[in-house]
Amino acid sequence: MLTTPFVVNGERVEVAFAPHKTLLEVLREDLGLTGTKHGCELGECGTCTVLLDGLPVLSCLVLGVACANRAIRTVEGMAQPGRLHPLQETFADLGAAQCGYCTPAFLLAAEALIVANPKPSRDDIKDALAGNLCRCTGYIKIYEAVELAAARMRGEAAEPAPETLYGRK
Amino acid sequence: MAGSNHRVIGKALRKVDAVAKVTGATRFADDLALPRMLYAKLLRSTQPHARILAIDVTAAARLPGVRAVLTGRDLPIPFGILPVSQDEHALCLDKVRFIGDPVAAVAATSEEIATAAAELIRVDYEPLRTFASAEEAVANAEPRIHDYGDRGNLHKIVDLEFGDVAEAFEHADLVREDLFFFEGNTHLPMEQHAALATYAPDGKLTLWSSTQTPHYVHRALANVLELPPARIRVIATPNGGGFGGKSDPFSHEIAVAKLAMVTGRPVKITLTREEVFYCHRGRHPTLMSIKTGVKRDGSITGMHFKSLLDGGAYGSYGVASTYYTGALQTVTYQVPRYRFQGARAFTNKAPCGPKRGHGTPQPRFALEVHVDKIAEQLGIDPAELRLNTLVPRDSLTANYLRVGSMGLGTCIEKVVQGSEWKKKFRKLPHGRGVGLACSSYISGAGLPIYWNNMPHSGVQLKCDRGGGVTVFCGSTEIGQGSDSILAYIVAEVLGIDPFHIAIVTADTELTPVDLGSYSSRVTLMSGNAALQAAERARELLALHAARRLEIPGDRVVFADGRVFDSRDPDTGMSFAEAVQHAEAAEGTVGTVGSYTPPMSPGKYRGAGVGPSPAYSYSACVAEVDVDPATGIVRVPTIWIAHDLGRAINAAAAIGQVEGSVYMGLGEALMEEMAYRGNRNVVHKIPSLLEYKSPTTLEMCDVVTYLIEDPDPNGPFGAKEVGQGPLLPVMPAVANAVYDAVGVRVDEVPITPEKVLKALRGKGKGEAGRVGPTRFPDIPWPEPVRVPPPWEA
Amino acid sequence: MLRLPAFAYLQPKTLAEAIAMKADAGPSGMYVAVGTDLYPYMKRRHEDPTLVISLMGIPDLRRADDRVVGAGLTLTELAVGPSARPAVVADAARLVSTPLLRNMGTLGGNLCLDTRCNYYNQSYEWRKSIDFCMKKEGHICWVAPSSPRCWAVSSSDIAPVMVAIGAEYRLVGPQGERIVPAARFYHNDGINYLTKQPDEILVDVRLPAPNGWDAAYHKLRRRGSFDFPVLGVAAWIRWDGTEVSDAKIVLGGVASYPQEVPEAGAVLRGVTLGTASIAAAAEAAYRPSKPMDNTDFDLSWRKQMTRVYVARALEELRQRRV
Repeated sequence: MLTTPFVVNGERVEVAFAPHKTLLEVLREDLGLTGTKHGCELGECGTCTVLLDGLPVLSCLVLGVACANRAIRTVEGMAQPGRLHPLQETFADLGAAQCGYCTPAFLLAAEALIVANPKPSRDDIKDALAGNLCRCTGYIKIYEAVELAAARMRGEAAEPAPETLYGRK
Repeated sequence: MAGSNHRVIGKALRKVDAVAKVTGATRFADDLALPRMLYAKLLRSTQPHARILAIDVTAAARLPGVRAVLTGRDLPIPFGILPVSQDEHALCLDKVRFIGDPVAAVAATSEEIATAAAELIRVDYEPLRTFASAEEAVANAEPRIHDYGDRGNLHKIVDLEFGDVAEAFEHADLVREDLFFFEGNTHLPMEQHAALATYAPDGKLTLWSSTQTPHYVHRALANVLELPPARIRVIATPNGGGFGGKSDPFSHEIAVAKLAMVTGRPVKITLTREEVFYCHRGRHPTLMSIKTGVKRDGSITGMHFKSLLDGGAYGSYGVASTYYTGALQTVTYQVPRYRFQGARAFTNKAPCGPKRGHGTPQPRFALEVHVDKIAEQLGIDPAELRLNTLVPRDSLTANYLRVGSMGLGTCIEKVVQGSEWKKKFRKLPHGRGVGLACSSYISGAGLPIYWNNMPHSGVQLKCDRGGGVTVFCGSTEIGQGSDSILAYIVAEVLGIDPFHIAIVTADTELTPVDLGSYSSRVTLMSGNAALQAAERARELLALHAARRLEIPGDRVVFADGRVFDSRDPDTGMSFAEAVQHAEAAEGTVGTVGSYTPPMSPGKYRGAGVGPSPAYSYSACVAEVDVDPATGIVRVPTIWIAHDLGRAINAAAAIGQVEGSVYMGLGEALMEEMAYRGNRNVVHKIPSLLEYKSPTTLEMCDVVTYLIEDPDPNGPFGAKEVGQGPLLPVMPAVANAVYDAVGVRVDEVPITPEKVLKALRGKGKGEAGRVGPTRFPDIPWPEPVRVPPPWEA
Repeated sequence: MLRLPAFAYLQPKTLAEAIAMKADAGPSGMYVAVGTDLYPYMKRRHEDPTLVISLMGIPDLRRADDRVVGAGLTLTELAVGPSARPAVVADAARLVSTPLLRNMGTLGGNLCLDTRCNYYNQSYEWRKSIDFCMKKEGHICWVAPSSPRCWAVSSSDIAPVMVAIGAEYRLVGPQGERIVPAARFYHNDGINYLTKQPDEILVDVRLPAPNGWDAAYHKLRRRGSFDFPVLGVAAWIRWDGTEVSDAKIVLGGVASYPQEVPEAGAVLRGVTLGTASIAAAAEAAYRPSKPMDNTDFDLSWRKQMTRVYVARALEELRQRRV
């Protein structure tokens, strides 16, 4: 067992765990942050995505001990008290979360994209999210939610297109 | 929507669980943990077909940290989702039937120890001859994989004839026969199945599980564990995707329950991704023959459809799947005479079952490509041909399915217009093409899985004097939005904010039975139950509000959280006050609602599969780019129109359409459950890396049209939308590939290898087709002969 | 959930320290960069080191300039490298796996990527079902059962590029330092696929100066992300005016090493790139391209694609020149 200091969602925590524990296991089992999910534990689906020093990574393939003194962001860190993150708002409003299982991963990967590229094109979004599988949505509501949130984060008073919500006439 | 005065229905509202899902607060089964919890692991067979000679668990049981080890002897009672196929054991008893069949279960203080212990279990097998394909199983009756079934290794054989089809062919101007193959594929929910069980000292068992069918799991547990159902509680956790793959009772659910009973401690199991492939219950690989007689104008005189399904190692829903390959061929285009022959074989592969569209995407693929070929042969635009032969609304089909609302014509017109079909079909440059296909699907099955006269869905509704409303229903949220549907419907009827409604679902101890999230039944059935409960509550509240307001009952309106006089909206009260008046007068305010589908007109043996209270309809145009040098097919855009009767939530409905297109695109181009032919019938690729699920870079643009043709049987007219839109995608892509490069790939998936092979063949003057060339001889029984309604 | 087996973990700060740790541990110790390749193998019980030595704390592996690239650079860092560095390296890095994995995986990890085979890249229980294979615990290569060797496939995207452009790798081990041309770093054997000794560390890669050559990398796979190459084509050309003075075609994903096809290079030498010369080179590359049935896709189609992808890589180079 090693005691490792992390900064998780802005808070410094110290956790003791065996060196073979992945960050995924430490977050879910030692810190109780079960918002981070898993779909294969082999780096083949992206469901376990968290931000490590701001970059989206696969928490199933990172050792907890390798994250000492690094900043980790999980879905639990996205909302402020009483206020959802703009991405959380648009994912909720557009139905970008269906079963919701891959959603935390998409939110974090999308947040990292918008931080790096405040005005991503549809292709930029596809490229940035190409490591995250979703079986429910066909990704389209996710793209639309990312575009809408990015616009709002740029300060634009953006609203969803009518066909996004009601289909083509 | 347009013209409707609904305040909730039709609006693109958030789902009631949306905030929980985007904040990571939703608790999926593997997110649960209890004090003193043990971890379970299943040992699975490494043999595809073998007798179990001996199992030695001594070393595993001795490993420090191990608390219990179970084998088949501990759970000897068989189970299965269908009463006619009780052919599974939680842990194999005498024999294993596929690689991945569970043989033993371990509970230990950590998952690592449980895994190590499972590896210490020694199993001696006596290998038996294996069957890797339905054709092999048809050709060889022995050794039998199961000691039941219709004949040899054929699980089920069906032969139904509605009118003299041979004679119908004589009256046709063209009789065309085609063969098709649809490879198996799997649901691949992102969440791996997980279950957690506790057994309290008072003898009460609780199971949380990522299941779509808590009611059936409840029944299976009572049966296998020999416990009174009243002492078992099954809670379906929100499913991290289901698509039909979590609709059977599973070994791991029964095993953790038994382990909890044996150890007296909570026991959790979370399957690995590889194990999810072994649970499977996905699309049956299906070989099909379709022969149709048509007049010059494209009208059908008769159709003969044959299917051979590779069922894998167990029955699962397979008998129903077999019937479904034939049942819905008649609900889109008028088929005056129809013959269906279907057979399902047992093989030594992971069991097949219901995946989104259950048994109907395969025959729909065959039918829609077949119709495309007929249209070309007759020189008729395939859109026109379809429009000219549509089944009329409010009619009976040859096989006695009652079609109610029918918006397929509008669907076709929408996608033809939106895609600029007439400018593109047969007119695009080589390499680019468009294809059209249509489909239909049930909004729930007319009959339950086990025969009974009780409702298919029930709702209890409780009104709190604070104005809150709680809806209790057995339905299961799998991401499709079933919890939200309940809230929207009740909110519409009672005129309150849907987010003020508490939804309690999928808990056999708290909620009335709903049969489960399968067959696209939940919106229509639990929606109708909720509607009835809400209307009863409104009636009660209106009675006492009317007394209080001293107005006639028919003037009481429920809207915007108020109850008021329609002639004088300022005269009224809050919804909470209305509840208080009713409660003061009548006691606790609660109502119930339930739903039972109408009786089906078909009375023949086999008539139980196919009837539905309402059928949804879809039409789809796919545009494709085919690289003639590689055979690689890319799909830039799909236009799809879906007749869903009425959108309860338009945005959620579009989400179902887009998700269906996604899953259909994967099936069309790349997904397959592939097995090694040369080495022990092992699954070739049980991983998320090698089972190819489309990424953002393969997904096409989707242009969605929601067509609202309200059905009298649906709540507010609603029909299904979760499964039907998947069906036309595969044949639309296949037809588009033909339009693009002039070759027919009569198989799914349409891989680059197949396209290139067909192109090479065409280049050499051959047919330019890849697909099956033969349908094996099946020992069909005497057909059940039923004259169609118009000949009866 | 798939979990790692227990092991001890060390984080040396210098190369010397790492090498000493490995010497102490012997065969049960393994170096790891980030572990995107190693940890899945450990989770599926292919590898079972009791000691894992992380190289990521060693500054030498993180050095980078236009000509020298530390093996510890992540693929994302490599993908956005300085413009003075050959673009083909960044292009290949960008095609590896997914953005998430590229944020973690390193250049060194990709260059030393274990050979892959779909009889091998499976769980312990799955491999037990086929009675294992010679790469681990078994005796037979199921891809070619009569073969004495393992046919697992070189699946790196960057290795073929390094071989094609003539990069050199700097290795440091107990015997000191050595520089190895990329082509001599790889063996055509699925088990012993590297000439690197287990106690040597790949420290950095030296790229050739950009003096008159150009290179392109084309990758074939089912999906635009996640997937390993089922065919990679690295094409390198030294230009002499409009003529090709020298050329190399290196194939990934078809053998246990990045396979140079000298026949194809020979066809191009002294000619102008055009439809005929490109087709001739593609044909020359096609013949020795012998993929086996152990990756995604049908092997005969993969072989046929050699022709198409070599031609397309050369066409890209031609287009860039005109």
